[in-house]
Amino acid sequence: MDIIITGLILGGTYALIAIGLNLQYGVARIMNLANGEMLVAGGYTAFALYTGAGLSPLLTIFLVAPAAFAVNWAIYRVMLRPLVKRAPNRGALEQDSILATFGLSFVMVGLMVWAFGGDYFNYAYLSRRVEIFGDGFGLNRVVAFLCATALCAALFIWMNLSRAGMVIRAVAVSPDSARLVGIDVPRLSAIAFALGGAVTAVGGAVLSTYLTLDASTGVIFTMKALIIVIMGGVGDIRGTIVAALILGLGETLVATLIDPGLTLAAAYALFILILLFRPQGLFGRRQA
Amino acid sequence: MTARDWQKLITAAVLLGIAALLPLTGNAYWLSLGVSVAMYTVLATSWALFSGPTHYISLATAAFFGVGTYVMGSGIEVMPYWTLLPLAALAGGLLAALVGLATLRLSGVYFVIFTLGLAEMVRQCVTWYQNQTGHKGTYVLTELTEADIYWQLLGLAALVYLAGWAIQRSRLGFALRIIGDDEEVAAHSGINTALVKVALFVVSGLVAATVGAIIAPRYVYIEPATAFAPMLSFQVVIMALLGGTGRLWGPLIGVIPFTLLWEVISASFPNQTTLLLGLCFLLIVYVLPKGFVGLMQRLDLMRQGREAFA
Amino acid sequence: MRQAPVLSLRGATKRFGGLVAVDQLGFDVAEHQVMGLIGPNGSGKSTTLNLISGALSPTSGTIALKGQPITALSARAIARKGVSRTFQLVRMLPSMTVLENVMAGAVFGHRRRWGGSAEAHAIAMLEEVGMADEAGSPIGQLTYIDTKRLELARALAGEPEVLLLDEWLAGLNPTELEEGIALIHRLRDEGRTIVLVEHVMDAIRSLCDACVVMSSGKKIAEGTPEEVLSDPEVIRAYLGDDDA
Repeated sequence: MDIIITGLILGGTYALIAIGLNLQYGVARIMNLANGEMLVAGGYTAFALYTGAGLSPLLTIFLVAPAAFAVNWAIYRVMLRPLVKRAPNRGALEQDSILATFGLSFVMVGLMVWAFGGDYFNYAYLSRRVEIFGDGFGLNRVVAFLCATALCAALFIWMNLSRAGMVIRAVAVSPDSARLVGIDVPRLSAIAFALGGAVTAVGGAVLSTYLTLDASTGVIFTMKALIIVIMGGVGDIRGTIVAALILGLGETLVATLIDPGLTLAAAYALFILILLFRPQGLFGRRQA
Repeated sequence: MTARDWQKLITAAVLLGIAALLPLTGNAYWLSLGVSVAMYTVLATSWALFSGPTHYISLATAAFFGVGTYVMGSGIEVMPYWTLLPLAALAGGLLAALVGLATLRLSGVYFVIFTLGLAEMVRQCVTWYQNQTGHKGTYVLTELTEADIYWQLLGLAALVYLAGWAIQRSRLGFALRIIGDDEEVAAHSGINTALVKVALFVVSGLVAATVGAIIAPRYVYIEPATAFAPMLSFQVVIMALLGGTGRLWGPLIGVIPFTLLWEVISASFPNQTTLLLGLCFLLIVYVLPKGFVGLMQRLDLMRQGREAFA
Repeated sequence: MRQAPVLSLRGATKRFGGLVAVDQLGFDVAEHQVMGLIGPNGSGKSTTLNLISGALSPTSGTIALKGQPITALSARAIARKGVSRTFQLVRMLPSMTVLENVMAGAVFGHRRRWGGSAEAHAIAMLEEVGMADEAGSPIGQLTYIDTKRLELARALAGEPEVLLLDEWLAGLNPTELEEGIALIHRLRDEGRTIVLVEHVMDAIRSLCDACVVMSSGKKIAEGTPEEVLSDPEVIRAYLGDDDA
């Protein structure tokens, strides 16, 4: 029971991060390998505002989200749009965007190390214990989970019920057809990319309430988010949530029962199974 | 072989001969720099053999390198050095084959992601195994000097260049170029695309593992964090792309300036190496998409154009 | 007495989710025969070619080449066994010269060659399509019809048992169309076995020995071009039910 709840709580936060990446890859077609750094930046902001100004991380979210949205919008417009324009085909764009976002990720790590130093950072927020089904859990973890759940639910409903959400899904399915029915694909891609970045940064702020982060941990989260996106299926929010929960559970299981040092190995084991048996994702239909 | 081929071969042999004289200068600093350049040349060139024509960006170098280091480290007590080198190559090739079979059937993104975390995953497994068996690191004590390591790496570089040259003129190399241009055409022309890709990836894997094994005595004491340093994979990618993968000698002209620059930066601003790495990536994407090789070809074309008008 | 077919389809079916793109399709192609696959847009012609060439694998049914089943094989294996194709949207190898593009077919196709012999054969193929002078040119400078010719030369270079042409004449202007039809006529006179998907009716009439007409994935008629084009059901399929 302990494992299941810890796993689900971890998975809930993963879901938020992976949804951010999935919006960027599924809609804007940019495999953003600087996603983890955006997360760490969100975490840093929450940390700085809590220790510096005593601002609750739950309120910080409302600052982090618009800021990250603006930053990511600019990144897409300035750095990535030119690559989209010059790419002769999807493969070339993928290669370019992988290299460019790797560059971005290293630059961000470099800047964060420069500004804050390379040390781990954490802070005590709501670190009381609460009892769930007879086991004790950190209140911050539970609050983070509730926060992530609320955000995931809001995004899911917005994507499926609102007009803007439908337009975004249309671009994800087929950018060419979307253009034909009068959707401004470049603008939508920029918005989706910015939104994805904002969601990830918020995920980072939430995560920082109970995890210790440092400037160079971003890549681990990028890895996990990528694995979740592939497992859940590109452009599929429901699949992403399920995959994130599976990964959270799997990691917690391995960490508790075998060794805490093997979490990435656990993620890889899941990844290999997916690649071998369902490369189109858990709910994806086999490509023709 | 044509007269031009002989000419190239002889030039290459002379250059190699000159490079081999470096240890005789007796300057330890230059020699250690020479080892770095030779090591990165081998790694970047063998990386480009596969990733150049196919555009699959492999970040698995550190994993192969670390596997090679560990084969050497754990075997040196019981086996002679010269049997461990081919064993290390075999281990690297095997790992490459497994990774290739799992990922190379799919699109490039899956491959990049998989290789991105591979070194870290292998490192976790090795650490776990060591914790289980209760020892931390391994000592590699040999009689080999820095100069011996340097000469071995030069020899390996010569082998890699010869192999690359042979592959370029073989059906395998031709198949690889077709795959790089259009994989569907390749398959419909009768090429076993998966086999070709895995074969070349195995070549780069076994070379990187051999480099790891050769370098192992230099570390003396090996632990997972040094053997599987993920930064190595990125350095190799940058050097190869900076030089350009359009020519066999392309990676070499990326390796030399980057190694020197890296040396300077890590000596005076040790915290800014990641920033440097990032800026180089951006430089490649936005300014030098085909590396120095592409730049030289462009300049060449411009000069020819100007002469034609003159 | 009829000859054994080079290519035969039996009950070939392809489903995409709920959509049945090709439905229980069966026909034979004899040696030296030129078979036209015609029908309205979206009737499953190109999907059928994709099933034969292995770009897609059928949901059910069998496809056989010279009596051997090729149903479950990969595109690569089918190419090696002797099926070559051109693509609906021309696919070139952009980093290579014209000659190298053709050599790709000669080196890895049904009959494999290497070195001088592959090069000589590729040049012969370029002569066949009338492009021998362009052997050293890069791809970027070719006209549209030349890219089509080049793709044909690449497909021919492996000496296939069956050649699949997917709307090879589409997009050509009237002069080019004439040249194109003449070129395929020559291939036909050489005795090659060809399956072509085509919309150009003149080409179908003058080139095809037999036609299969498809509508909504099903075969609705089979016979000589004259027979099928006067078949009322075929006319209905093309023009819609209102006119019937």
